[in-house]
Amino acid sequence: MRSVVLAEGRKLRRPTLLLSTLATVTALTGLFTSLVFLRINSGQNTRRGASISALQLSQATGLTYGFKLVGVFLGLVALCIFASQTAQEYTYGTLRNLLVRQPSRMKILFGKFISMALFAALMVIFAGVVSIALSYLLSGKAKVDTTKWGSSQALHLLGQTTLNLFIATICYGLLGMILGLFFRSPISAISIGVLWSLILENILGAVISSTMKWLPAANFSNIGEGGSVAASYQHSLFVSALYIFVGGSIAAALFKRRDVAN
Amino acid sequence: MNKSAITVSGLSKVYGDRPAISDAHFDVPVGSICGFVGPNGSGKTTTIRMLLGLITPTQGSAMVLGESIKHPEKYLPKVGAMIEGPAFYPALSGAENLRVLADLGGFPISRVPQLLEKVGLAERGKSKYKTYSLGMKQRLGIAAALLPNPELLILDEPTNGLDPSGIQEIRELLRELSKSGTTVFVSSHLLSELEMICDHLVMLRLGKVIFTGLTHELLAAQSPLIVATPEYEVDLTKLVKIVEDSGHSVQVKEGSLHINSAPEWSATLNRLAFDSGITLKSISPIMPTLEETFFEMTEDQK
Repeated sequence: MRSVVLAEGRKLRRPTLLLSTLATVTALTGLFTSLVFLRINSGQNTRRGASISALQLSQATGLTYGFKLVGVFLGLVALCIFASQTAQEYTYGTLRNLLVRQPSRMKILFGKFISMALFAALMVIFAGVVSIALSYLLSGKAKVDTTKWGSSQALHLLGQTTLNLFIATICYGLLGMILGLFFRSPISAISIGVLWSLILENILGAVISSTMKWLPAANFSNIGEGGSVAASYQHSLFVSALYIFVGGSIAAALFKRRDVAN
Repeated sequence: MNKSAITVSGLSKVYGDRPAISDAHFDVPVGSICGFVGPNGSGKTTTIRMLLGLITPTQGSAMVLGESIKHPEKYLPKVGAMIEGPAFYPALSGAENLRVLADLGGFPISRVPQLLEKVGLAERGKSKYKTYSLGMKQRLGIAAALLPNPELLILDEPTNGLDPSGIQEIRELLRELSKSGTTVFVSSHLLSELEMICDHLVMLRLGKVIFTGLTHELLAAQSPLIVATPEYEVDLTKLVKIVEDSGHSVQVKEGSLHINSAPEWSATLNRLAFDSGITLKSISPIMPTLEETFFEMTEDQK
Protein backbone atom coordinates (compact mmCIF):
# COMPACT_ATOMS: atom_id res chain seq x y z
CA MET A 1 0.00 0.00 0.00
CA ARG A 2 2.86 2.37 0.89
CA SER A 3 4.35 1.86 -2.57
CA VAL A 4 1.07 2.86 -4.24
CA VAL A 5 0.81 5.98 -2.05
CA LEU A 6 4.38 6.96 -2.98
CA ALA A 7 3.81 6.33 -6.70
CA GLU A 8 0.57 8.29 -6.72
CA GLY A 9 2.27 11.07 -4.76
CA ARG A 10 4.79 11.52 -7.58
CA LYS A 11 1.95 12.19 -10.00
CA LEU A 12 0.15 14.57 -7.64
CA ARG A 13 3.16 16.67 -6.78
CA ARG A 14 4.05 17.49 -10.37
CA PRO A 15 4.33 21.29 -10.58
CA THR A 16 1.61 21.73 -13.20
CA LEU A 17 -0.98 20.05 -10.98
CA LEU A 18 0.23 21.15 -7.54
CA LEU A 19 0.86 24.80 -8.38
CA SER A 20 -2.28 25.22 -10.46
CA THR A 21 -4.36 23.66 -7.67
CA LEU A 22 -2.83 25.91 -5.03
CA ALA A 23 -3.32 28.91 -7.31
CA THR A 24 -7.00 28.00 -7.76
CA VAL A 25 -7.42 27.51 -4.02
CA THR A 26 -5.73 30.87 -3.35
CA ALA A 27 -7.93 32.63 -5.89
CA LEU A 28 -11.18 31.13 -4.57
CA THR A 29 -10.28 31.64 -0.91
CA GLY A 30 -9.08 35.16 -1.62
CA LEU A 31 -12.26 36.01 -3.49
CA PHE A 32 -14.68 34.74 -0.85
CA THR A 33 -12.76 36.05 2.16
CA SER A 34 -12.29 39.45 0.51
CA LEU A 35 -15.97 39.71 -0.37
CA VAL A 36 -16.93 39.15 3.26
CA PHE A 37 -14.69 41.96 4.49
CA LEU A 38 -14.81 44.44 1.60
CA ARG A 39 -18.59 44.50 1.39
CA ILE A 40 -19.13 44.56 5.13
CA ASN A 41 -22.47 46.13 6.19
CA SER A 42 -23.27 46.71 2.50
CA GLY A 43 -25.37 43.61 2.17
CA GLN A 44 -24.89 40.47 0.14
CA ASN A 45 -21.45 39.64 1.46
CA THR A 46 -22.33 36.13 2.47
CA ARG A 47 -24.39 33.17 1.29
CA ARG A 48 -27.71 33.57 -0.47
CA GLY A 49 -27.60 37.38 -0.44
CA ALA A 50 -27.45 37.67 3.35
CA SER A 51 -25.33 40.29 5.06
CA ILE A 52 -22.85 40.17 7.92
CA SER A 53 -21.71 43.08 10.04
CA ALA A 54 -18.35 44.06 11.54
CA LEU A 55 -19.72 43.25 14.97
CA GLN A 56 -20.60 39.70 13.96
CA LEU A 57 -17.18 39.23 12.38
CA SER A 58 -15.43 40.41 15.51
CA GLN A 59 -16.79 37.36 17.38
CA ALA A 60 -14.72 34.15 17.69
CA THR A 61 -16.63 32.73 14.69
CA GLY A 62 -15.43 35.62 12.50
CA LEU A 63 -11.98 34.08 12.10
CA THR A 64 -13.31 31.17 10.04
CA TYR A 65 -16.18 32.90 8.27
CA GLY A 66 -14.43 33.33 4.90
CA PHE A 67 -12.78 29.92 5.21
CA LYS A 68 -16.19 28.22 5.63
CA LEU A 69 -17.61 29.96 2.55
CA VAL A 70 -15.02 28.44 0.24
CA GLY A 71 -15.86 24.89 1.42
CA VAL A 72 -18.05 23.81 -1.47
CA PHE A 73 -15.51 25.07 -4.00
CA LEU A 74 -12.69 23.16 -2.32
CA GLY A 75 -14.95 20.13 -2.66
CA LEU A 76 -15.43 20.74 -6.36
CA VAL A 77 -11.68 21.13 -6.90
CA ALA A 78 -11.19 17.81 -5.09
CA LEU A 79 -13.94 16.19 -7.19
CA CYS A 80 -12.12 17.24 -10.37
CA ILE A 81 -8.71 16.05 -9.15
CA PHE A 82 -9.91 12.71 -7.76
CA ALA A 83 -11.97 12.04 -10.90
CA SER A 84 -9.21 12.91 -13.35
CA GLN A 85 -6.49 11.04 -11.45
CA THR A 86 -8.67 7.93 -11.43
CA ALA A 87 -10.18 8.06 -14.91
CA GLN A 88 -7.01 9.09 -16.72
CA GLU A 89 -5.48 5.71 -15.90
CA TYR A 90 -7.99 4.33 -18.40
CA THR A 91 -7.66 7.06 -21.03
CA TYR A 92 -3.84 7.03 -20.96
CA GLY A 93 -3.81 3.22 -20.82
CA THR A 94 -1.53 3.41 -17.76
CA LEU A 95 -3.75 1.20 -15.62
CA ARG A 96 -2.20 -1.89 -17.23
CA ASN A 97 1.28 -0.70 -16.13
CA LEU A 98 0.04 -0.14 -12.60
CA LEU A 99 -1.58 -3.57 -12.42
CA VAL A 100 1.47 -5.35 -13.75
CA ARG A 101 3.58 -3.74 -11.02
CA GLN A 102 0.88 -4.03 -8.30
CA PRO A 103 -1.59 -6.81 -9.14
CA SER A 104 -3.79 -6.17 -6.08
CA ARG A 105 -6.46 -3.89 -7.47
CA MET A 106 -7.77 -2.98 -4.03
CA LYS A 107 -4.29 -1.87 -2.95
CA ILE A 108 -4.13 0.35 -6.05
CA LEU A 109 -7.52 1.85 -5.23
CA PHE A 110 -6.88 2.45 -1.53
CA GLY A 111 -3.33 3.67 -2.14
CA LYS A 112 -4.63 6.16 -4.68
CA PHE A 113 -7.29 7.30 -2.24
CA ILE A 114 -4.84 7.81 0.63
CA SER A 115 -2.50 9.79 -1.60
CA MET A 116 -5.30 11.98 -2.92
CA ALA A 117 -6.69 12.44 0.60
CA LEU A 118 -3.29 13.78 1.68
CA PHE A 119 -3.39 16.13 -1.30
CA ALA A 120 -6.88 17.27 -0.26
CA ALA A 121 -5.65 17.85 3.30
CA LEU A 122 -2.88 20.07 1.96
CA MET A 123 -5.46 21.97 -0.10
CA VAL A 124 -7.75 22.57 2.90
CA ILE A 125 -4.89 23.63 5.19
CA PHE A 126 -3.55 25.95 2.50
CA ALA A 127 -7.01 27.51 2.02
CA GLY A 128 -7.25 27.98 5.80
CA VAL A 129 -3.88 29.73 5.97
CA VAL A 130 -4.77 32.02 3.04
CA SER A 131 -8.21 32.84 4.45
CA ILE A 132 -6.95 33.61 7.97
CA ALA A 133 -4.04 35.70 6.69
CA LEU A 134 -6.43 37.68 4.48
CA SER A 135 -8.95 38.05 7.30
CA TYR A 136 -6.31 39.64 9.52
CA LEU A 137 -5.08 41.81 6.63
CA LEU A 138 -8.55 43.08 5.78
CA SER A 139 -9.87 43.39 9.34
CA GLY A 140 -8.20 46.77 9.91
CA LYS A 141 -9.74 48.46 6.91
CA ALA A 142 -13.13 46.87 7.68
CA LYS A 143 -12.85 48.01 11.32
CA VAL A 144 -13.32 44.49 12.67
CA ASP A 145 -12.01 43.92 16.18
CA THR A 146 -9.83 40.77 16.11
CA THR A 147 -9.32 40.40 19.87
CA LYS A 148 -11.58 37.36 20.12
CA TRP A 149 -9.91 35.65 17.12
CA GLY A 150 -7.01 34.65 19.30
CA SER A 151 -9.24 33.09 21.97
CA SER A 152 -9.24 29.37 22.66
CA GLN A 153 -12.83 29.26 21.42
CA ALA A 154 -11.78 30.72 18.05
CA LEU A 155 -8.89 28.26 17.75
CA HIS A 156 -11.20 25.40 18.64
CA LEU A 157 -13.62 26.57 15.94
CA LEU A 158 -10.74 26.82 13.48
CA GLY A 159 -9.74 23.23 14.19
CA GLN A 160 -13.35 22.07 13.90
CA THR A 161 -13.91 23.97 10.63
CA THR A 162 -10.69 22.58 9.15
CA LEU A 163 -11.73 19.05 10.05
CA ASN A 164 -15.28 19.54 8.71
CA LEU A 165 -14.01 21.05 5.49
CA PHE A 166 -11.53 18.20 5.14
CA ILE A 167 -14.33 15.60 5.56
CA ALA A 168 -16.53 17.48 3.08
CA THR A 169 -13.66 17.78 0.58
CA ILE A 170 -12.91 14.05 0.90
CA CYS A 171 -16.61 13.25 0.31
CA TYR A 172 -16.61 15.34 -2.88
CA GLY A 173 -13.31 13.76 -3.88
CA LEU A 174 -14.69 10.26 -3.34
CA LEU A 175 -17.70 11.17 -5.46
CA GLY A 176 -15.24 12.18 -8.20
CA MET A 177 -13.29 8.94 -7.78
CA ILE A 178 -16.48 6.86 -8.00
CA LEU A 179 -17.58 8.74 -11.15
CA GLY A 180 -14.07 8.28 -12.58
CA LEU A 181 -14.30 4.52 -12.05
CA PHE A 182 -17.79 4.37 -13.54
CA PHE A 183 -17.17 6.48 -16.63
CA ARG A 184 -13.44 5.80 -17.19
CA SER A 185 -13.14 9.23 -18.78
CA PRO A 186 -11.99 12.36 -16.89
CA ILE A 187 -14.16 14.71 -18.97
CA SER A 188 -17.35 12.70 -18.48
CA ALA A 189 -16.70 12.12 -14.77
CA ILE A 190 -15.88 15.77 -14.04
CA SER A 191 -18.69 17.26 -16.11
CA ILE A 192 -21.31 14.95 -14.63
CA GLY A 193 -20.00 15.51 -11.09
CA VAL A 194 -19.88 19.30 -11.35
CA LEU A 195 -23.17 19.53 -13.24
CA TRP A 196 -24.91 17.43 -10.60
CA SER A 197 -23.39 19.16 -7.58
CA LEU A 198 -23.67 22.75 -8.74
CA ILE A 199 -26.76 22.80 -10.93
CA LEU A 200 -29.00 19.73 -10.81
CA GLU A 201 -29.11 19.43 -7.01
CA ASN A 202 -29.95 23.12 -6.68
CA ILE A 203 -32.73 22.85 -9.27
CA LEU A 204 -34.10 19.77 -7.49
CA GLY A 205 -33.86 21.55 -4.15
CA ALA A 206 -35.61 24.64 -5.52
CA VAL A 207 -38.47 22.56 -6.93
CA ILE A 208 -38.85 20.17 -3.98
CA SER A 209 -37.05 21.69 -0.99
CA SER A 210 -37.38 18.53 1.13
CA THR A 211 -35.06 16.65 -1.25
CA MET A 212 -32.06 18.81 -0.24
CA LYS A 213 -31.84 16.88 3.00
CA TRP A 214 -31.15 13.68 1.07
CA LEU A 215 -29.01 14.81 -1.86
CA PRO A 216 -25.30 13.90 -1.75
CA ALA A 217 -23.58 17.20 -2.57
CA ALA A 218 -25.94 19.17 -0.31
CA ASN A 219 -25.03 16.90 2.57
CA PHE A 220 -21.30 17.06 1.78
CA SER A 221 -21.50 20.88 1.89
CA ASN A 222 -23.53 20.76 5.08
CA ILE A 223 -20.73 18.78 6.74
CA GLY A 224 -18.30 21.56 5.75
CA GLU A 225 -20.56 24.11 7.36
CA GLY A 226 -20.83 22.04 10.53
CA GLY A 227 -24.55 21.41 10.05
CA SER A 228 -27.48 23.75 9.51
CA VAL A 229 -31.09 24.33 10.54
CA ALA A 230 -32.31 22.27 7.56
CA ALA A 231 -30.13 19.24 8.34
CA SER A 232 -28.02 18.40 11.36
CA TYR A 233 -24.30 17.65 11.12
CA GLN A 234 -24.90 14.04 12.23
CA HIS A 235 -27.62 13.58 9.61
CA SER A 236 -25.32 14.83 6.84
CA LEU A 237 -22.48 12.62 8.05
CA PHE A 238 -24.78 9.59 8.00
CA VAL A 239 -26.30 10.32 4.56
CA SER A 240 -22.88 11.11 3.06
CA ALA A 241 -21.37 7.93 4.50
CA LEU A 242 -24.25 5.94 3.05
CA TYR A 243 -23.76 7.42 -0.43
CA ILE A 244 -20.00 6.87 -0.29
CA PHE A 245 -20.39 3.32 1.01
CA VAL A 246 -22.92 2.23 -1.63
CA GLY A 247 -21.30 4.08 -4.55
CA GLY A 248 -17.81 3.11 -3.42
CA SER A 249 -18.69 -0.57 -3.02
CA ILE A 250 -20.19 -0.79 -6.52
CA ALA A 251 -17.26 1.13 -8.08
CA ALA A 252 -14.69 -0.98 -6.19
CA ALA A 253 -16.40 -4.22 -7.25
CA LEU A 254 -16.40 -3.04 -10.88
CA PHE A 255 -12.74 -2.04 -10.65
CA LYS A 256 -11.80 -5.40 -9.17
CA ARG A 257 -13.69 -7.54 -11.66
CA ARG A 258 -13.54 -5.57 -14.89
CA ASP A 259 -11.10 -6.75 -17.59
CA VAL A 260 -8.39 -4.23 -18.43
CA ALA A 261 -8.69 -4.52 -22.17
CA ASN A 262 -7.55 -1.06 -23.30
CA MET B 1 15.71 -26.73 -21.69
CA ASN B 2 13.12 -28.89 -20.03
CA LYS B 3 11.42 -26.22 -17.93
CA SER B 4 8.79 -23.83 -19.18
CA ALA B 5 8.58 -20.16 -18.31
CA ILE B 6 5.04 -20.12 -19.71
CA THR B 7 2.68 -23.05 -20.07
CA VAL B 8 -0.69 -22.39 -21.66
CA SER B 9 -3.35 -25.12 -21.51
CA GLY B 10 -6.63 -24.74 -23.34
CA LEU B 11 -6.78 -20.99 -22.78
CA SER B 12 -9.81 -19.27 -24.31
CA LYS B 13 -11.31 -15.80 -24.13
CA VAL B 14 -14.70 -14.98 -25.59
CA TYR B 15 -16.07 -11.43 -25.85
CA GLY B 16 -19.83 -11.73 -26.25
CA ASP B 17 -20.06 -14.41 -28.92
CA ARG B 18 -16.73 -13.54 -30.54
CA PRO B 19 -13.82 -15.75 -29.51
CA ALA B 20 -10.59 -13.72 -29.27
CA ILE B 21 -8.52 -16.84 -28.60
CA SER B 22 -9.68 -20.47 -28.58
CA ASP B 23 -8.23 -23.46 -26.81
CA ALA B 24 -4.62 -22.28 -26.98
CA HIS B 25 -1.90 -24.72 -25.94
CA PHE B 26 1.78 -23.83 -25.97
CA ASP B 27 4.97 -23.73 -23.92
CA VAL B 28 7.70 -21.14 -23.77
CA PRO B 29 10.97 -22.76 -22.62
CA VAL B 30 13.04 -21.04 -19.95
CA GLY B 31 15.87 -18.97 -21.42
CA SER B 32 14.45 -18.91 -24.94
CA ILE B 33 13.49 -16.00 -27.13
CA CYS B 34 10.03 -17.03 -28.17
CA GLY B 35 8.20 -15.20 -30.91
CA PHE B 36 4.44 -14.84 -30.71
CA VAL B 37 3.32 -14.17 -34.23
CA GLY B 38 0.08 -13.66 -36.00
CA PRO B 39 -1.82 -11.10 -38.04
CA ASN B 40 -3.58 -8.21 -36.32
CA GLY B 41 -6.65 -9.43 -34.43
CA SER B 42 -5.37 -12.99 -34.11
CA GLY B 43 -5.47 -12.91 -30.29
CA LYS B 44 -1.86 -12.13 -29.35
CA THR B 45 -2.58 -9.17 -27.06
CA THR B 46 -5.56 -10.89 -25.46
CA THR B 47 -3.36 -13.89 -24.61
CA ILE B 48 -0.63 -11.63 -23.20
CA ARG B 49 -3.18 -9.74 -21.09
CA MET B 50 -4.46 -13.04 -19.66
CA LEU B 51 -0.88 -14.07 -18.82
CA LEU B 52 -0.44 -10.79 -16.94
CA GLY B 53 -3.67 -11.07 -14.97
CA LEU B 54 -5.28 -8.10 -16.70
CA ILE B 55 -8.18 -10.07 -18.14
CA THR B 56 -9.82 -13.23 -16.92
CA PRO B 57 -9.83 -16.25 -19.23
CA THR B 58 -13.22 -17.66 -20.21
CA GLN B 59 -11.74 -21.17 -20.09
CA GLY B 60 -8.47 -22.97 -19.61
CA SER B 61 -5.43 -22.26 -17.51
CA ALA B 62 -1.85 -21.09 -17.73
CA MET B 63 1.26 -21.11 -15.61
CA VAL B 64 3.83 -18.32 -15.61
CA LEU B 65 7.17 -19.01 -13.89
CA GLY B 66 5.55 -22.00 -12.23
CA GLU B 67 2.57 -20.09 -10.81
CA SER B 68 -1.04 -20.11 -11.95
CA ILE B 69 -2.30 -16.97 -13.68
CA LYS B 70 -5.02 -16.94 -11.02
CA HIS B 71 -2.35 -15.56 -8.67
CA PRO B 72 -0.45 -12.94 -10.68
CA GLU B 73 0.94 -11.40 -7.49
CA LYS B 74 3.16 -14.49 -7.13
CA TYR B 75 4.99 -14.09 -10.44
CA LEU B 76 4.56 -10.49 -11.64
CA PRO B 77 7.41 -9.13 -9.47
CA LYS B 78 9.71 -11.25 -11.67
CA VAL B 79 8.04 -10.29 -14.96
CA GLY B 80 8.66 -7.24 -17.12
CA ALA B 81 6.03 -6.36 -19.69
CA MET B 82 5.10 -3.88 -22.33
CA ILE B 83 1.60 -4.44 -23.61
CA GLU B 84 0.13 -3.00 -26.79
CA GLY B 85 2.57 -0.14 -27.02
CA PRO B 86 3.90 2.19 -24.36
CA ALA B 87 1.48 4.05 -22.07
CA PHE B 88 2.73 6.74 -19.71
CA TYR B 89 1.67 10.03 -18.12
CA PRO B 90 2.21 12.77 -20.72
CA ALA B 91 2.84 15.55 -18.19
CA LEU B 92 5.64 13.64 -16.42
CA SER B 93 9.18 13.25 -17.72
CA GLY B 94 10.41 9.88 -18.95
CA ALA B 95 12.50 9.47 -15.79
CA GLU B 96 9.62 10.46 -13.50
CA ASN B 97 7.34 7.97 -15.27
CA LEU B 98 9.87 5.23 -14.55
CA ARG B 99 10.16 6.40 -10.93
CA VAL B 100 6.38 6.03 -10.53
CA LEU B 101 6.63 2.41 -11.65
CA ALA B 102 9.77 1.81 -9.57
CA ASP B 103 7.96 3.10 -6.46
CA LEU B 104 4.96 0.95 -7.27
CA GLY B 105 6.95 -2.25 -7.74
CA GLY B 106 9.35 -1.53 -4.87
CA PHE B 107 12.38 -1.41 -7.19
CA PRO B 108 15.38 0.82 -6.43
CA ILE B 109 15.11 4.28 -7.98
CA SER B 110 18.82 3.98 -8.86
CA ARG B 111 17.81 1.65 -11.70
CA VAL B 112 16.04 4.48 -13.52
CA PRO B 113 19.13 6.30 -14.91
CA GLN B 114 20.77 2.95 -15.72
CA LEU B 115 17.77 1.84 -17.75
CA LEU B 116 17.43 5.18 -19.52
CA GLU B 117 21.08 4.80 -20.52
CA LYS B 118 20.48 1.23 -21.66
CA VAL B 119 17.65 2.19 -24.03
CA GLY B 120 19.41 5.33 -25.29
CA LEU B 121 17.22 7.89 -23.53
CA ALA B 122 19.73 9.21 -20.99
CA GLU B 123 19.81 12.67 -22.56
CA ARG B 124 16.04 12.98 -22.85
CA GLY B 125 15.13 11.47 -19.49
CA LYS B 126 14.13 14.85 -18.07
CA SER B 127 11.94 15.79 -21.04
CA LYS B 128 8.21 15.39 -20.72
CA TYR B 129 6.84 12.16 -22.16
CA LYS B 130 4.44 14.10 -24.40
CA THR B 131 7.42 15.54 -26.28
CA TYR B 132 8.81 12.09 -27.16
CA SER B 133 8.74 10.62 -30.66
CA LEU B 134 7.05 7.24 -31.16
CA GLY B 135 10.45 5.53 -31.15
CA MET B 136 11.43 7.22 -27.88
CA LYS B 137 8.11 6.22 -26.31
CA GLN B 138 8.77 2.65 -27.36
CA ARG B 139 12.24 2.75 -25.79
CA LEU B 140 10.78 4.08 -22.55
CA GLY B 141 8.26 1.23 -22.59
CA ILE B 142 11.11 -1.27 -22.89
CA ALA B 143 12.99 0.47 -20.05
CA ALA B 144 9.86 0.18 -17.87
CA ALA B 145 9.61 -3.51 -18.71
CA LEU B 146 13.22 -4.00 -17.60
CA LEU B 147 12.69 -2.31 -14.21
CA PRO B 148 12.30 -5.52 -12.19
CA ASN B 149 15.41 -7.10 -13.79
CA PRO B 150 12.93 -9.70 -15.06
CA GLU B 151 13.22 -13.45 -15.30
CA LEU B 152 10.56 -13.26 -17.98
CA LEU B 153 10.16 -10.35 -20.36
CA ILE B 154 6.92 -10.04 -22.29
CA LEU B 155 6.96 -7.49 -25.09
CA ASP B 156 4.06 -6.75 -27.38
CA GLU B 157 5.24 -5.36 -30.74
CA PRO B 158 8.40 -3.78 -29.26
CA THR B 159 9.83 -2.51 -32.55
CA ASN B 160 6.77 -0.52 -33.64
CA GLY B 161 7.81 2.99 -34.56
CA LEU B 162 11.53 2.33 -34.30
CA ASP B 163 13.93 3.22 -37.11
CA PRO B 164 16.19 0.47 -38.54
CA SER B 165 19.05 1.25 -36.14
CA GLY B 166 16.59 1.25 -33.22
CA ILE B 167 15.24 -2.12 -34.33
CA GLN B 168 18.80 -3.44 -34.50
CA GLU B 169 19.51 -2.15 -30.98
CA ILE B 170 16.37 -3.81 -29.58
CA ARG B 171 17.30 -7.04 -31.31
CA GLU B 172 20.76 -6.93 -29.70
CA LEU B 173 19.23 -6.08 -26.34
CA LEU B 174 16.89 -9.08 -26.50
CA ARG B 175 19.77 -11.39 -27.45
CA GLU B 176 21.84 -9.99 -24.58
CA LEU B 177 18.97 -10.53 -22.12
CA SER B 178 18.45 -14.06 -23.36
CA LYS B 179 22.16 -14.82 -22.90
CA SER B 180 21.93 -13.64 -19.31
CA GLY B 181 19.10 -16.13 -18.68
CA THR B 182 16.01 -13.97 -19.20
CA THR B 183 13.20 -15.66 -21.08
CA VAL B 184 11.85 -13.33 -23.75
CA PHE B 185 8.32 -13.69 -25.10
CA VAL B 186 7.91 -11.21 -27.91
CA SER B 187 4.91 -10.66 -30.12
CA SER B 188 5.00 -9.15 -33.56
CA HIS B 189 3.28 -9.22 -36.88
CA LEU B 190 6.68 -8.59 -38.51
CA LEU B 191 7.62 -12.18 -39.19
CA SER B 192 11.00 -11.37 -40.66
CA GLU B 193 11.79 -9.59 -37.39
CA LEU B 194 11.07 -12.67 -35.30
CA GLU B 195 12.85 -15.05 -37.65
CA MET B 196 16.08 -13.18 -36.95
CA ILE B 197 15.96 -13.31 -33.17
CA CYS B 198 13.65 -16.12 -32.03
CA ASP B 199 14.63 -19.69 -31.39
CA HIS B 200 11.03 -20.64 -30.57
CA LEU B 201 7.78 -19.65 -32.21
CA VAL B 202 4.09 -19.68 -31.39
CA MET B 203 1.98 -18.81 -34.39
CA LEU B 204 -1.62 -17.70 -34.21
CA ARG B 205 -4.29 -17.28 -36.79
CA LEU B 206 -7.92 -16.29 -36.14
CA GLY B 207 -7.53 -17.00 -32.45
CA LYS B 208 -6.04 -20.46 -32.87
CA VAL B 209 -2.48 -21.69 -32.37
CA ILE B 210 -1.35 -23.06 -35.72
CA PHE B 211 2.28 -23.78 -34.86
CA THR B 212 4.34 -24.04 -31.73
CA GLY B 213 7.93 -25.23 -31.65
CA LEU B 214 11.46 -24.44 -32.72
CA THR B 215 11.95 -21.87 -35.46
CA HIS B 216 14.18 -24.20 -37.48
CA GLU B 217 11.50 -26.93 -37.24
CA LEU B 218 9.07 -24.52 -38.86
CA LEU B 219 11.52 -23.65 -41.59
CA ALA B 220 12.15 -27.33 -42.20
CA ALA B 221 8.40 -27.87 -42.54
CA GLN B 222 8.52 -26.33 -45.98
CA SER B 223 10.59 -27.95 -48.70
CA PRO B 224 13.31 -25.75 -50.13
CA LEU B 225 13.20 -24.36 -53.66
CA ILE B 226 15.56 -24.18 -56.59
CA VAL B 227 15.07 -21.11 -58.74
CA ALA B 228 16.43 -21.56 -62.27
CA THR B 229 16.35 -19.03 -65.11
CA PRO B 230 17.17 -20.04 -68.71
CA GLU B 231 19.20 -17.67 -70.85
CA TYR B 232 16.42 -17.55 -73.46
CA GLU B 233 12.76 -17.39 -72.46
CA VAL B 234 11.79 -19.72 -75.33
CA ASP B 235 13.52 -22.54 -73.44
CA LEU B 236 11.12 -22.25 -70.47
CA THR B 237 8.63 -24.86 -71.70
CA LYS B 238 11.37 -27.33 -72.57
CA LEU B 239 12.96 -26.84 -69.16
CA VAL B 240 9.63 -27.34 -67.38
CA LYS B 241 9.25 -30.69 -69.15
CA ILE B 242 12.76 -31.77 -68.10
CA VAL B 243 11.99 -30.95 -64.46
CA GLU B 244 8.59 -32.64 -64.50
CA ASP B 245 10.03 -35.75 -66.21
CA SER B 246 12.49 -35.95 -63.31
CA GLY B 247 9.57 -36.16 -60.87
CA HIS B 248 9.66 -32.63 -59.39
CA SER B 249 6.83 -30.14 -59.19
CA VAL B 250 7.49 -26.75 -60.76
CA GLN B 251 5.95 -23.30 -61.14
CA VAL B 252 6.89 -20.60 -63.64
CA LYS B 253 7.14 -17.13 -62.12
CA GLU B 254 8.43 -14.07 -64.00
CA GLY B 255 10.63 -16.01 -66.42
CA SER B 256 12.04 -18.35 -63.78
CA LEU B 257 11.27 -21.88 -62.69
CA HIS B 258 10.51 -22.43 -59.00
CA ILE B 259 11.26 -26.09 -58.43
CA ASN B 260 10.35 -27.91 -55.22
CA SER B 261 13.52 -29.84 -54.63
CA ALA B 262 16.51 -30.25 -52.37
CA PRO B 263 19.44 -27.89 -53.07
CA GLU B 264 21.64 -30.86 -54.12
CA TRP B 265 19.49 -31.42 -57.22
CA SER B 266 20.76 -28.11 -58.67
CA ALA B 267 23.80 -29.81 -60.19
CA THR B 268 21.64 -32.50 -61.84
CA LEU B 269 19.31 -29.86 -63.24
CA ASN B 270 22.25 -27.93 -64.64
CA ARG B 271 23.59 -31.06 -66.36
CA LEU B 272 20.15 -32.08 -67.77
CA ALA B 273 19.63 -28.56 -69.14
CA PHE B 274 23.10 -28.54 -70.71
CA ASP B 275 22.50 -31.97 -72.31
CA SER B 276 19.29 -30.57 -73.86
CA GLY B 277 21.10 -27.54 -75.23
CA ILE B 278 19.73 -25.07 -72.70
CA THR B 279 22.01 -22.56 -71.03
CA LEU B 280 20.96 -21.50 -67.56
CA LYS B 281 21.45 -17.80 -66.79
CA SER B 282 21.18 -18.48 -63.08
CA ILE B 283 20.44 -21.34 -60.73
CA SER B 284 20.11 -20.92 -57.00
CA PRO B 285 18.79 -23.06 -54.19
CA ILE B 286 16.80 -20.94 -51.70
CA MET B 287 15.45 -21.58 -48.22
CA PRO B 288 11.97 -20.21 -47.56
CA THR B 289 11.70 -17.28 -45.19
CA LEU B 290 9.56 -17.59 -42.12
CA GLU B 291 7.16 -15.19 -43.74
CA GLU B 292 6.70 -17.43 -46.76
CA THR B 293 6.25 -20.47 -44.55
CA PHE B 294 3.78 -18.59 -42.39
CA PHE B 295 1.68 -17.51 -45.33
CA GLU B 296 1.72 -21.01 -46.72
CA MET B 297 0.56 -22.40 -43.39
CA THR B 298 -2.14 -19.79 -42.86
CA GLU B 299 -3.40 -20.26 -46.40
CA ASP B 300 -3.63 -23.99 -45.72
CA GLN B 301 -5.80 -23.29 -42.66
CA LYS B 302 -8.36 -21.19 -44.57
